[in-house]
Order: sequence, then C-alpha cells, then structure tokens
Amino acid sequence: MVTMEHYLIVSSIMFFVGVYGFITRKNLLAVLISIELILNSVEINFCVFNRFLYPEHMEGMFFSLFGIAISAAETAVAIAIIINVYRIANNIDVRHIDKMKY
Amino acid sequence: MGELANAIIFYCLAAAIVGMSILAVTSRRMLRAATYLLIVLICTAGLYLLLNYHFLAVVQLSVYAGGILILFIFAILLTSSHGDRAYSHDKGRVIAGIITALAGIAITTWITMKHHFLYGENPALMGDRQIDMKEIGQVLIGTGKYEYLLSFEALSILLLTCAIGAILIARKR
Repeated sequence: MVTMEHYLIVSSIMFFVGVYGFITRKNLLAVLISIELILNSVEINFCVFNRFLYPEHMEGMFFSLFGIAISAAETAVAIAIIINVYRIANNIDVRHIDKMKY
Repeated sequence: MGELANAIIFYCLAAAIVGMSILAVTSRRMLRAATYLLIVLICTAGLYLLLNYHFLAVVQLSVYAGGILILFIFAILLTSSHGDRAYSHDKGRVIAGIITALAGIAITTWITMKHHFLYGENPALMGDRQIDMKEIGQVLIGTGKYEYLLSFEALSILLLTCAIGAILIARKR
C-alpha cells in the first residue's frame, strides 16, 4: 500500500537533489535545471496533500496548475537573460560573470 | 490486485525520479542533464496519473516536457561551449552541497515519518472519484468561493508580459 509518506519522501529527495545542484553547478542553465527540480517537487507535494487529506477539494491541484504556468514564465525570462549574458560575456559560467560584482 | 499494481508502478516511478534527478544535477554534459530532467518530468506526470489528477498530468507533459524542455534544449545548443565540461567541480562546494542535501533529506524524512497524517480510506485514490473536465473548467473561470477567475486572468497577463519581456531582453540591439 502506497501511503502519503512515500510520496512526500520522494518529493523531498527530489527537492534536496535540486538544492545540491543549485549549490554545486557552475553553468547557469544547470542552475536553472536545479530550480526546475525544486519547483516540480513542490508541485508534487501540493497534489499529494490535496489528494490524501482533502480529496473533496481541488485547491492543491489548482495551485500546482498555476505553479506550472508560473514556472514556464520564469523559465522563458531566465533563458532570455542567459542568452543575453552569453552574447555579452561569451560564457555562461557563473565564475566568469563578475563584471558587476566589484 | 489494483493496490499491488499501484505499488509496483509507484516504486518504479520513484526509483526513476530519484536516480534521474541525481543524474540531472551531476551530469557534466548539459544536453544529457536536460534529457534526464525530461525523464524526471515525465515520471512526475506518471505520479499525477497515479493520484488520479489526469488533467494535471496532461498539463505537466505538455507544458513542462513539451514547452520548457524545448526552451532548455534550444538554450543549451545556442550557448554550448566547453565551459561546463572543462572544469571539474569545486571540491569544498560539492562536499558542502552533499552535506546540505543529506541533512535536509534526513530532517524532512524524520519529520514525515514522525508525524501521523490523519486520513481514512480514501476512495479517490483507487480511481473512484475523478475530477471531470467540466468541473475544472467551471472552477477556472468562476468568480465564487474556491473559484479562480482572477488568478487565471492575472496568469494570462503574466505570461503575455513574460513573452514580451523575453523578446525584449534577448533581441539584438
């Protein structure tokens, strides 16, 4: 029998793998992929809580629906910024993009 | 029988999600990382199907796996250089990341196992109660309690603004 805790553990593993990638990766696109993992795990959590604890409501499902749409918008803008950074700095490695840092 | 099948499918999906998400953040080549992310997203859609959120699974497949992944792959191909492959990862940072991730997983798993969620026999889990499309459409464009017309419209304006902003940022001057 698959209980609620199984889903929660899977999504928390996914979340912290995303956090690990966010800390260690140097490529801007890899950082964005880690953010997608984090967002995705949160959306699983919304659905699981909705389905197991309040099966007669639909709020969790709609929250993850809006979350998916917002993450699409966020990805579009982030990729536009990354392409612009690549055009200016010829690189998308976070260690080489320090023009505005000092 | 149905429960056993559900459990088998769930464990396959969970194993695929865990393995592929670890590969997605550790793979050196960006295109492979994007492919692993695609598999993670498809398996997430499978979890939604397992929870009987059919509409959400379709949205996940079409928006995430169909839209966002295409954007990612375009961006990777446009900006591909030897940058990500040439350098090895920073040792101290990797250790810090592993410690953070393991500590986080341990704490959340401990809390999850310790807490008793109160739910009884849930008929919705076995597919007895599916949300039909008509209900979803009514809720999305209704104005009453627990209905989401305002956020729906705000989201459409947000998407429009993001499309215009992305074009404005990325165009050649």
